[in-house]
Amino acid sequence: MRAIQSLILLWLVSMIGFAILHLAPGGPLAQFALTPGMTEADLKRMAQQMGLDRPLPIQYLEWAWRLICGDWGNSYRDSKPVLAIIGGHLGATFELMFASTAIAILVGSWVGVLGAVRRYSLFDTLATVGAMIALSIPTFWFGLIFIYIFSVGLGWLPAGSRFTIGDGSFLDYLHHLIAPSIVLGLVTVAIWSRFMRASMLDVINQDYVRTARAKGLPERVILVKHTIRNAILPMITIAGLQLPTLLSGALVTETVFTWPGMGRLFLDSISYRDYPAVMGILMCSALLVLIGSLLADVLYSIADPRIRLG
Amino acid sequence: MIALPPPLLHRRALLGAAGATLSGAGAQAQPKPPAVPKGQVIVGVSQEPTRFHPLAPAIEVDQGVWWNLFSPLWNVQPDGSYEPVLAREIPSVENGGISADGLVWRIRLREGVKWHDGTAFTAEDVKFTLQLINNPDFRAASRTGHNLVRDIHVVSASEITWRMSEVYAPYLSRLSWTFIVPKHALEKVADINNAPFINAPIGTGPFKWAERVAGDHITLAANRDYFGPGPYLERLVFKYIPDLTVMYTQFRTGEIDHTSIQGITPDLFEQAKTLKDRVVTKTPAAWIESITPNLGWSFMADKTVREALYLGINKKAFVGAIYYGVPDPTESIYPAQSAFYNADLPKQEYSPAKANALLDAAGWARGTDGVRVKGGIRLEFTNSTTAGNQVREQGQQLLMQDWKAIGASMKINNMPGAVIWGDYWAMSKFQSVMVGVSFGIGADPEVTDRLASTSIPAKGGSGRNTSQYANPAVDALLKEGVSTFENAKRKEIYRKIQAIVREELAIFPLFQASSVEGLKKGLTGYAPNINTLSNCWNCGNWYWAA
Repeated sequence: MRAIQSLILLWLVSMIGFAILHLAPGGPLAQFALTPGMTEADLKRMAQQMGLDRPLPIQYLEWAWRLICGDWGNSYRDSKPVLAIIGGHLGATFELMFASTAIAILVGSWVGVLGAVRRYSLFDTLATVGAMIALSIPTFWFGLIFIYIFSVGLGWLPAGSRFTIGDGSFLDYLHHLIAPSIVLGLVTVAIWSRFMRASMLDVINQDYVRTARAKGLPERVILVKHTIRNAILPMITIAGLQLPTLLSGALVTETVFTWPGMGRLFLDSISYRDYPAVMGILMCSALLVLIGSLLADVLYSIADPRIRLG
Repeated sequence: MIALPPPLLHRRALLGAAGATLSGAGAQAQPKPPAVPKGQVIVGVSQEPTRFHPLAPAIEVDQGVWWNLFSPLWNVQPDGSYEPVLAREIPSVENGGISADGLVWRIRLREGVKWHDGTAFTAEDVKFTLQLINNPDFRAASRTGHNLVRDIHVVSASEITWRMSEVYAPYLSRLSWTFIVPKHALEKVADINNAPFINAPIGTGPFKWAERVAGDHITLAANRDYFGPGPYLERLVFKYIPDLTVMYTQFRTGEIDHTSIQGITPDLFEQAKTLKDRVVTKTPAAWIESITPNLGWSFMADKTVREALYLGINKKAFVGAIYYGVPDPTESIYPAQSAFYNADLPKQEYSPAKANALLDAAGWARGTDGVRVKGGIRLEFTNSTTAGNQVREQGQQLLMQDWKAIGASMKINNMPGAVIWGDYWAMSKFQSVMVGVSFGIGADPEVTDRLASTSIPAKGGSGRNTSQYANPAVDALLKEGVSTFENAKRKEIYRKIQAIVREELAIFPLFQASSVEGLKKGLTGYAPNINTLSNCWNCGNWYWAA
């Protein structure tokens, strides 16, 4: 039943996405409008050769049929297969997302737990204010300031890129990863710490925690075994729903740090009206939403024995 | 009459000298290039090069890569002359390369040239290239000029002839931008538009294809079998940096050696000049920034209105305040460096008083809100440009104020690039646009597709005359201009065209674009070329001063 629902959902996403993309004004050939030497006749001829002059339903059916047959089409921008392009950018985004999420989970969870345990303390107040500031700082500005201080000023970190051209060793990759993952992590740390704090506060006053304390269990055991374990449950859902963001990437951070990830691919594909690439990213995102929610359900059931999938 | 260039080595030596000056060597003797390719240069580009088939549609950054991978029969030099590359000489009526009636062309080719995969380059490759451009299944960027080629005949491996169906003088310029592709790599592919060649191109240029990391960079490696002088660099890297502020930062920290095309924004020009061990130069480009009115729309067809609007533009403030005085104001459709440039065009006068008097006399009376009205039509129009182009958006604000002072109301209607330069521009759906256009092709002033009355797409034409300009005298001059090879005669023709276009204000020319490009000190051989779309046209001559 769930598989049928998912297929219907994918079909709807593809149809609506295709229609919006193609009905929007402009097109993939507009970028050549000002190229010296190219005429309107050249553009019309190419539109015809690319099949862009055919009725939209025909274009959609052809695209959908090819997708069903496993052909995701070729990008208009660089003629490469769409899946190869997505695959080529996914590694960089995954790397950045993994690093920033690791920072977010470690730092954010710690801040959230401590803030809940020491509610209304100086630490909690500072953490709350800090989270608000972190959420309010524009990533673009923070990224540039970070570069200005640590790259231009101190010369400790590279001003961007995923690796040094001609080097590409593990340490070089790591060196380049520090700045963007901290900048991206700042926002996610703030989000995770707030969620974790709220979740902990929900659990901390539950009867079973009070019972554990009445039984004389040490605070550390209560915290780790009874409180954190239960507080983590909603976080699994959040983590699962964050899976699709892998494909949307971290657009601003990727731009500031010239990181060749999915965010930039998506933006470039949209601005060039690269229909096959945009549709490919859209379909992959939709698939990841479905997989993410399924994964969250499974993990939820593992973490909480009370829940079993029917 | 075509001026034949000096021998290849001599020309390159001259360019090297020019580059030496730009690289900061000044009056000192130019350092010698290394005996073997050495080091690398990282060029920062704000758009990603993604098209590597040199006959397919592309943008400036793609052409920058092509110049280093491929070779044309001849190239166009910064001074507008042609230099043989794959050809042994520039064909002309004088040397017999072009018949007296201008219809039969004979090209003698350089011998001993090899493709990057070791295959010999021959006249068959030239024939294949011309045929591929005209192949109805191939998505060629442009067939203009090439579609006149008939009866291609390979005389020998190093000689080829063809006949033109009509005389077309700009073809020399067209061919200077036409890169020859390898027949052996393309003739047997199943889908000519998706050949493996597209992502692993094979050329005859000074650099070979090495790798592409999509979204990040392209690396080219020295072609040690190159037939000309150079290359002197071991690697040439094009690095994609979409944000110009970030590009400037990376130039400052030394992570890139050269900022190309859009380069450094005008507001950072003065600061960039103070950077240690960097050389920052203003390089003129062929793009003419203008307000282009749609002459087929309402009162824009009225020359008096156009004159008044042009008188109302404070061009000096526009260039000074918005562009920090970097570009040079112009009255022409051609760059000042063009051999066909008419320097005698009347200079624009900023005079709101005269503009008001003109409009008053023409019956445009001010309404209660200050906007003029005539016959129930308000002097109100939209101006559009690419949304997000902050410099142009500031320029629009300034124009709004200028024109408000003469009773004209300009509304801003900006759109994303993929929208505005689609049908909105091509089919003349705009009222006015702020746009940069390169009118000529390379060094040639041919401009039929921009100005001929038969080139208006909105009226069924096939060109780029989106302002819907039509003038029988200009039509006749345009025909005359493409049918003669005599440079003196052509200069006269195109000077007249510029004078008419300026007099009729087919566009409101604002300035000739300039880009601010930066180099790391010691980089030698860089020679800006206004006749190419990218100043990376000669990276084969670049090297680091020891």
